[in-house]
Amino acid sequence: MEKFTTLTAVAAPLLRINIDTDAIIPSREMKRVSKEGLAEGLFAGWRYQAPGSREENPDFILNQGPYRRARVLLSGINFGCGSSREHAVWALHEWGIRAVIAPGFGAIFQGNCVRNGIVPVLLDNLTVESLARQVESDPERNQVTVDLVQCLVIAPDGTRHGFQLPTADREMLLEGLDSIAVTLKLEAEILAFRDRDRTQRPWIYLPSTP
Amino acid sequence: MGRTILDKLWAEHTVAELGDATSLLYIDRIFLHERTGSVALKGLEAAGRPVRHPEQVFCTMDHIVDTTAGRTDDTRMPGGRDFITSTRASARAAGITLFDLGDDRQGIVHVVSPEQGIALPGVTLVCPDSHTCTLGGLGALAWGIGSTEGEHALATKTLAVRKPKNMRIRFEGALPPRVYAKDLILHLISRFGASGGAGYAIEFAGSAIRALPVEARLTLCNMAVEFGAWTGIVAPDELTFDYVRGRPFAPRPDQWEQAVAHWRTLPSDPDAVFARELEVDCSQLAPQITWGTSPQQGAGIDARVPDPATETDANRRQSAERALQYMGLRPGVPLAGLPISAAFIGSCTNSRLSDLREAAVVLRGRHVASGVRAICVPGSSLVKKAAEAEGLDQVFRDAGFEWRESGCSMCFYAGGESFGLEERVVTSTNRNFENRQGPRTRSHLASPATVAASAIAGALADVRELPPIG
Ligand code: SF4
Repeated sequence: MEKFTTLTAVAAPLLRINIDTDAIIPSREMKRVSKEGLAEGLFAGWRYQAPGSREENPDFILNQGPYRRARVLLSGINFGCGSSREHAVWALHEWGIRAVIAPGFGAIFQGNCVRNGIVPVLLDNLTVESLARQVESDPERNQVTVDLVQCLVIAPDGTRHGFQLPTADREMLLEGLDSIAVTLKLEAEILAFRDRDRTQRPWIYLPSTP
Repeated sequence: MGRTILDKLWAEHTVAELGDATSLLYIDRIFLHERTGSVALKGLEAAGRPVRHPEQVFCTMDHIVDTTAGRTDDTRMPGGRDFITSTRASARAAGITLFDLGDDRQGIVHVVSPEQGIALPGVTLVCPDSHTCTLGGLGALAWGIGSTEGEHALATKTLAVRKPKNMRIRFEGALPPRVYAKDLILHLISRFGASGGAGYAIEFAGSAIRALPVEARLTLCNMAVEFGAWTGIVAPDELTFDYVRGRPFAPRPDQWEQAVAHWRTLPSDPDAVFARELEVDCSQLAPQITWGTSPQQGAGIDARVPDPATETDANRRQSAERALQYMGLRPGVPLAGLPISAAFIGSCTNSRLSDLREAAVVLRGRHVASGVRAICVPGSSLVKKAAEAEGLDQVFRDAGFEWRESGCSMCFYAGGESFGLEERVVTSTNRNFENRQGPRTRSHLASPATVAASAIAGALADVRELPPIG
C-alpha cells in the first residue's frame, strides 16, 4: 500500500450529510471482479447528466475547475454509510482522493479507507464548514494540509486542527503496511488460541471438507 | 463489575491485545457472496495466500443472480456472469462450501446463514457485506467488513478490531397489532438519526425484544448498520436455542448440551455498565414508513410529509429539502394515500417465512390495485419451498404478485432489472438511498404487512385499517 505522511492539496467541499457508498459508487458501475477501473463511476449518479450517461453535470463540484484536481474531500456527518463495498474507496483513490475530512464516517468505510491509503479525518462540523468557506473563495490558492505525522489539519488561514486516529490505523497509513503480513507475525498466538479454544468450544470446529 | 454480552464475546475471542483498545479477534465463521467475496478470493489468490480453515468458510450466490424462473449464469446485470463464474471457480479452488444456483440451500447470505446453522449464538462471524449485523439476532457477534478485511480474515482467521462502546436499547411494552420489528427499528432510526449508533455495539433488550420471535430479531438487527452501529445483538435465550437446534451446521447432538450451557453464560450481567442507554416505549407505535432518502427520514404511517423549514439543524434541513425534491413530495401531504406504482417484498431484512406469512394474511382474498407491479422474492430457496408447501405462493399469485426465485433481486439496482424512472415503490428492504432500487426510483421502506396493504390500496396505506379476510 502507498504510504501517507503529509499532503497539501485542493479540497472539494461536498457538504451533505449521510453520503452513502451507493452514491459514491453506484452498483451499476461495478461491472467486473476488480479493484480497478472504478474512477469513472465515482459519484456517477451526481456527476453525470442522466443515469448511464457520461455527459458531465456542470453543477457537480468535482466537475468544476480546480476541484477536478482535488485530493481532499470535505463532507458532512456519516460519510460512507451504507453498503460495505470497498469499491467506494477504490474509486475515490483511483480518482485521486487521499483524505476525507468529515464529522463522522460509516464504520466499514472508515476501515476500508485506512487499508487503501486514504486518511479518514474526523473534525467537528463547524471546523469542516469553516474549511469549506475558506476553500471556496479560491480553491487553488486556499489549499488544505493533512499532516498524518503530527495528526494535524492546517486550514488555508493557517489555523491548526488536531485530529485522532487509532494507533494501528495511523501506523498502517504512515508505513503503507500489509496488514496480513503484520498479523502473521502473531502466528504462534493464533495457533495457540485455536488449540485452546477447540477444547472449550468444540462445536465451533466443523470437520474438514474433503 | 458486571460484563455486557459484547465484553464477554470480545474477551472470549481475543487472540492478542494490540493496544489502543484494539484486539486481534478470532473469527469463527466467514460468509462470502459473489459480489464482494469474489474480489476478496481473487485478491488472495493473486497474493498466493491460502484460505485458512476453508471448512469454516461459506459462500452463496445472491446479489448478481437473476430471480426469474429458469435462471442461468447469464444474468441481466452487465458483467454479472464474470462475478458468478469467478466466485464459483475461486470457491471450488479454495475448498469453500458454496450454495450455488440450483442448490436448495442457495439464498440471500443473511437468510441462509441462520437457516443453515452457520450463524450461532456466541460465534464471531464476518462477511464483506454491511448487513452481516443481522446475525446479532441470534446472539452472534457479527459485523460487516470490506473486501480487504475479508482477505485478512480468510488468510489469518483473525481481524484486528478496535472495541466499540456498549449501548443498550430497551424496547418496552407490547407491540400493537400489525406493528413489527421493522417498525421498531425504523422508528428508532428516525428518532435518533442514521448515525445515532455510531461507535457502538448495541444490545437490543427489554420486554418487547424478549417477546420477539427469532426471525423478527434478525430483522431488527439487520438495520443496526442503518443506525450507524458497528453491530446489533440480542442475548440468546430459549427461543434462540429452539431455533438453532438441528440445523445442518449447528452443534451435533452430542455437543448440544455443552454448547447451550455455554450460551447461557453469555447474556449481560445484571450489573453490567453501558456507555449509553436508551428506552423506547413500543405500546403506542404506529406502522412506520420512510418519506426521504435516508432511513432516518421516516415517520408513522398516519403522519404527514414534514416541512423542512421547521428543521432547526441546517444540515438536516438541507438534506430534507433535497430528499423531498428527489422523492417528488411536498410538505404537509399525508403519507397514507400517496399513489405507488410498485411494491416489493424481499431482501435480507424481510423475506423469511414469517414475513411472507404476515404479508399473506393481508393479501388473502384481495388483489393488488391496477397499475401496481408487485413482486415477492423469498429470501432463500428453502424459504421458497416452505412457503409453497403451505400454499403461500398461491396467495401471492392470486393477489397479483410475481413469485420469484431467491436472491437480493430488486433490493438494489446494478444495471440489470430495476424499478422505473421516478417510480414510487413501497418496499420491505432496508435502504431508501437515491438510485438504490432503480434510476431515480423513489423508495419507501416499510414492513411486509404495510407493503402488502399498500399494494392493494395502490397507495401508501395503514395496514391497521385492513382487517384480515375470512
Ligand atoms: S438483500 Fe439487499 S441489503 Fe440484503 S444482502 Fe442483498 S443487496 Fe444487501
